[in-house]
Amino acid sequence: MRITRALSASLLMLGLAVAPAAADSSPTPTDSASADSDAPTQAGTSFRTATEIEQGQTATASGSAGDYLYWSFPADAGQRPTVEATVKLPGTHAAQTWQIDVYDGLRRRQSCQYGAQTRTAAADSSSVELACTLRTVRAWSETWANDPLPGTYYVRLTAVGLTTADLGLPVSTEVRVDSKDIGGSAAVDGSLAEPLVPGIAVKSEAQDGVSEDSSAVLSAIEPEDGWSSGWWSDRWVWTAIGGALAALAGVGGYALTRGSGRPSRVPPGA
Amino acid sequence: MITRKRRVAGVCALLAALTAGIAFPVAAVAGEPTGQATPQVDLVLDVSGSMRTADIDGGTRMAAAKQAFNEVLDATPEEVQLGIRTLGANYPGDNQKTGCKDTAQLYPVSTLDRTEAKTQVATLSPTGWTPIGPALLKAADDFTDGASSKRIVLISDGEDTCAPLDPCEVAREIAAKGIGLTIDTLGLVPNTKMRQQLSCIAEATGGTYTSVEHADELTDKVNQLVDRAADPVVTPVATEGAGSCATAPTLKSGLYTDREEFAQQRWYRVDVDPGQELRASVSVGADRAVNPSYGVLLRAVTAHGREIVRGEAGGNGRTDVIATGLRYPKADTDDEDAAAETVCLQVTNSFSAASGVKTTPGLPLELTVDVVDGPSKASDVASFGLGRGWWLLGALILTGFVAGLLWGWLSRWRLAVWRTN
Repeated sequence: MRITRALSASLLMLGLAVAPAAADSSPTPTDSASADSDAPTQAGTSFRTATEIEQGQTATASGSAGDYLYWSFPADAGQRPTVEATVKLPGTHAAQTWQIDVYDGLRRRQSCQYGAQTRTAAADSSSVELACTLRTVRAWSETWANDPLPGTYYVRLTAVGLTTADLGLPVSTEVRVDSKDIGGSAAVDGSLAEPLVPGIAVKSEAQDGVSEDSSAVLSAIEPEDGWSSGWWSDRWVWTAIGGALAALAGVGGYALTRGSGRPSRVPPGA
Repeated sequence: MITRKRRVAGVCALLAALTAGIAFPVAAVAGEPTGQATPQVDLVLDVSGSMRTADIDGGTRMAAAKQAFNEVLDATPEEVQLGIRTLGANYPGDNQKTGCKDTAQLYPVSTLDRTEAKTQVATLSPTGWTPIGPALLKAADDFTDGASSKRIVLISDGEDTCAPLDPCEVAREIAAKGIGLTIDTLGLVPNTKMRQQLSCIAEATGGTYTSVEHADELTDKVNQLVDRAADPVVTPVATEGAGSCATAPTLKSGLYTDREEFAQQRWYRVDVDPGQELRASVSVGADRAVNPSYGVLLRAVTAHGREIVRGEAGGNGRTDVIATGLRYPKADTDDEDAAAETVCLQVTNSFSAASGVKTTPGLPLELTVDVVDGPSKASDVASFGLGRGWWLLGALILTGFVAGLLWGWLSRWRLAVWRTN
């Protein structure tokens, strides 16, 4: 009996020690696509023509001050994307204000939690750096909410404050999107039937052979390893470990009430 | 989590293998242009007298332009149809009326014969006026293919000399024809007035404006613009929204353009079957000087006028578009022949302009409609009612422990009762 108790106690301790390790072993930020050899070198100029980039890619583009530059990237449930942009300015210029805006697949503007979304570059400064950290992408939300949902995200980079003399001057830009995996703490029940990718209805129709195939789609974007199905989260691990620990604790509690061997009231030899 | 995705991918692969017999190649849909819609580019070059000025890298502006054209003609992708139009190339006189008609097609918009085009470019010498407006009007007619994406690249070194026709308004009119035309402008050694005029032309059509001071910048930029034209994009379908839902056009999934004047409302209808989800997004462009505060409102309304859901956006400051969107999942029913619901989409904008600004044609409006199968379902804020965290573990352990204790005591008590009996 003593052995059983010791065993259950040690198992309990082991479980407690292992639980967080197992539950928090969600992958580190996506940096698998660090090879930037095939990163896009230009940007679109509207939602329709936005250049598609992958997370972890550093996309570059040359443009003119005053252009509206657009990129799009995929973000999946449980990710918290951070968009970083660097604008290299020409040698001489007046003070300029640059801004990044992030829109979701429905072209709804998404708020930034942190980051300098708008920044003014002093006259003749060589570059300006902008950043925007979105809210965590949820697998599902109410129709009436503006929560970020899995799908395409658009980044718009532009100068919002510009003197006429600086209009059209060459600038070079760099955009990178990385995301932190928030994991189960952001998990919700439910999922979208299709990710919020514009034109997905037209695309799937074409795949079914209903309409003739079109030469281009609004957004053909998809994460490297596909959209997650939405049913998995580390909550399964937590709950399963919790259940196992509860069972062990039950055994432990039961064992306590049995005492060490024979009941004390029973006389020896009875 | 990587293993999870791999597992999902494995299942997908299996499914794909099973359905391989009926599956269509995805590449045909999302891949390269299929040939019907050839991108078309018209380069419009200013050959006015001022192009003689030698201030680009020591050479004349004309020399820089010619050099750039030669390099661009060499680098033009095969699939792009390219044409060249000149303005101010032929009439050297002083008569403004004649000078302002001076625009000619140097090379028609067609599959490129590089040698032929280069020979034509070599003949150019700086001559006359700068009729930008008339040249743009003519250039818009140079395009032959109705369905393709079209781009005019205007290269000029001076502002328009053919008042009262404002090239900026000309550009807006051309864009309002709904033929999917973009005008990009390049200013050679520009001054303030020219910058304003050329960027106004560009913004009126959703194009870009670039100042050029060096010959290599010119080459790079024109090459970039031609390459951009070669990228396949979805050509929107022109539609015209109505003033009320009853008379509105019915739209299917796709991309549409329209025009909406200041303070106007536009209505469209979409049929949504039970079990489908409607996704609509709208963007209204600021193609002229507008006041700095603006907004757009997209409402989904039932046929009886009840609002289902809305998307709204506001902003201030310099912008190209203001956009918003909404989604509306319609619940599935057991009724086999439940009729599709007509959802009315209302678009209003709160752009305003100073009194001098023309209000027609309306602001460009772009509408995407997606009706996808299967509405989203959700039953719980948590993921399937699962929990996570130390409190959960603590609570479960405590519950288990208490349950074990109780069970133990209960069985002891029962044993004692049994013994005493």
